[in-house]
Amino acid sequence: MSTRPIVAASPDSIAVVTLDATMEERITELLRRYPTTRAALLPMLWLCQERYGWISPGVMRAVASRLGESPAFVEGVVSFYTMYHTRPPARYVLQVCTTLSCAYCGGRELVEHLKGRLGIGFGEKTPDGEFQLMAVQCLGACGDAPVVQINDDYYENLDVTSLDKVLDELAGRR
Amino acid sequence: MEAVLLRARGLPESRTIATYLAAGGYEGLKKALTMTPDAVTKEVLDSELRGRGGAGFPTGRKWGFVPKDHPGPRYLICNADESEPGTFKDREIIEHDPHQVVEGIAIASYAIRANTAYIYIRGEFVRWARILEEAIEEARKGGFLGKNILGGGFDLDVWVHRGAGAYICGEETALLESLEGKRGFPRLKPPFPAVVGAFGKPTAVNNVETLACVPHIMARGAPWFASIGRPRNTGPKLFCVSGHVNRPGVYELPLGVTFREIIEEHCQGVRGGRKLKAYFPGGTSAPIMTAAEVDVQADFDACAQAGTMLGSGGIIVLDETVDMVEVCATVAHFYAHESCGQCTPCREGADWCMDILDRMVEGHGRPADPETLLRICRFSSNGITICPLGDAYALPISSIVNKFREEFDRRIGTASPLPQKKLPVLPWTGPRPGFGV
Repeated sequence: MSTRPIVAASPDSIAVVTLDATMEERITELLRRYPTTRAALLPMLWLCQERYGWISPGVMRAVASRLGESPAFVEGVVSFYTMYHTRPPARYVLQVCTTLSCAYCGGRELVEHLKGRLGIGFGEKTPDGEFQLMAVQCLGACGDAPVVQINDDYYENLDVTSLDKVLDELAGRR
Repeated sequence: MEAVLLRARGLPESRTIATYLAAGGYEGLKKALTMTPDAVTKEVLDSELRGRGGAGFPTGRKWGFVPKDHPGPRYLICNADESEPGTFKDREIIEHDPHQVVEGIAIASYAIRANTAYIYIRGEFVRWARILEEAIEEARKGGFLGKNILGGGFDLDVWVHRGAGAYICGEETALLESLEGKRGFPRLKPPFPAVVGAFGKPTAVNNVETLACVPHIMARGAPWFASIGRPRNTGPKLFCVSGHVNRPGVYELPLGVTFREIIEEHCQGVRGGRKLKAYFPGGTSAPIMTAAEVDVQADFDACAQAGTMLGSGGIIVLDETVDMVEVCATVAHFYAHESCGQCTPCREGADWCMDILDRMVEGHGRPADPETLLRICRFSSNGITICPLGDAYALPISSIVNKFREEFDRRIGTASPLPQKKLPVLPWTGPRPGFGV
């Protein structure tokens, strides 16, 4: 599997955001799907996260003004969900499932190993900006426990050795 | 039992429309379009299909609640927010045979006279959202979606809508809020979604597996479907087994099979030859069952009779080595994280339980803790909250405490009690903001 790295825009570069023609085209296509403009909010945030790597206050303001919502409303939505990054993420975000089946089928060992190998705790990034560790709740792949989601991809039936191999490969790819 | 929902699993290119058509795909839709929408609903009602998302409500009745005299539009929502711990069946269906879902959506939309359908899929399922989009595109090209489907004069657009990470959005009204671009706060019912649903219009919300059953019912008839399983608990069901078993995975079995058969025969027993200690029969929101209760039949009514629920069919097996206080704490963490925060009993209660259980795990249990846990759960039970999450955390926690009470008491016996903090009482001397004093 070749997980695509996240390329996060620098905070300065997206302090003020103007949605360009490519984005505008995709937004218009999205708006056609729903009877209200507000309904396009989640998909539009996904578009932005794909493009900029994360949702900065500048992105929220741009989205709000495009959809005719207040920035406060958009921020309320962004902060409710767990998958929108509100700070620049690392290139690879390791989302380790900590719910029951994973926790009892090797997930806790993976967490200990990752913390040791990367020298970081949950919510933290390695100094080189390569990896970020996140504890998540059930990923819906319990039969293949333990599961780690890296960016958009699921890695299943892991153990310490196979996870190390994945990380080595990702870290080596520059 | 012959494979129905999982018949394509293992076939090469099982996801493509060509494979699906070769297996008799879209015959159900063809047949449905020759019938009236009400006759389609009647057929599903006669099959006694019950919702596979967790509640087990008869699907035909749900469709029947959508008003016929409404000027429209009406919406059909496919709930693919699969996030109940222990559940991974919808992903299996989408991975191997997404056209079943697309065809089910088309038939259901026809039955409730909806011209737009949305598939709400959890945000993490990026790959499976893509698979569904490809299947929709194939179906559109094949004339099974879009304008004037199969020349029958019925139009339908289907869109995939990704969530963004919130368990609560699997609850149908929270899902609708999220679809509308808001935070996933469940709505008060009534009005029910059938009358006031997505965008304020009549809406039916059905689970992926439920919709995947529909094409088979249409193609092979309600009597065939009703002949599988037991009366009122009919049809094939996907059971997801995870935890300490030799062969975890998704198994398609008739409703009414016993949990013993699922665990011992199909999953080849508990890992490492160890003994079964407990299992969750339908995701962690269902009350836990002990090893002594393994002969219960896995269907909606038998589980209800045994004081638990089949839920989504997510069976989590725990062997004799697990510490039930730790299990309880892990469960509490999930609900404390996933409570949307609207209702006090759930928001505060789940957090409070988590704090107490974490403290017990760390060895600082207090004698009153088990009773306090039960009291918190009691205050959050019996539908006191807007959505069922209040019950969803209270049922597993209280059942674990009740059924494994001695483990909790033992924790206290060996604990080094923390010094009891005396909270200082702060007399308020300053002005009271907002009162102009």
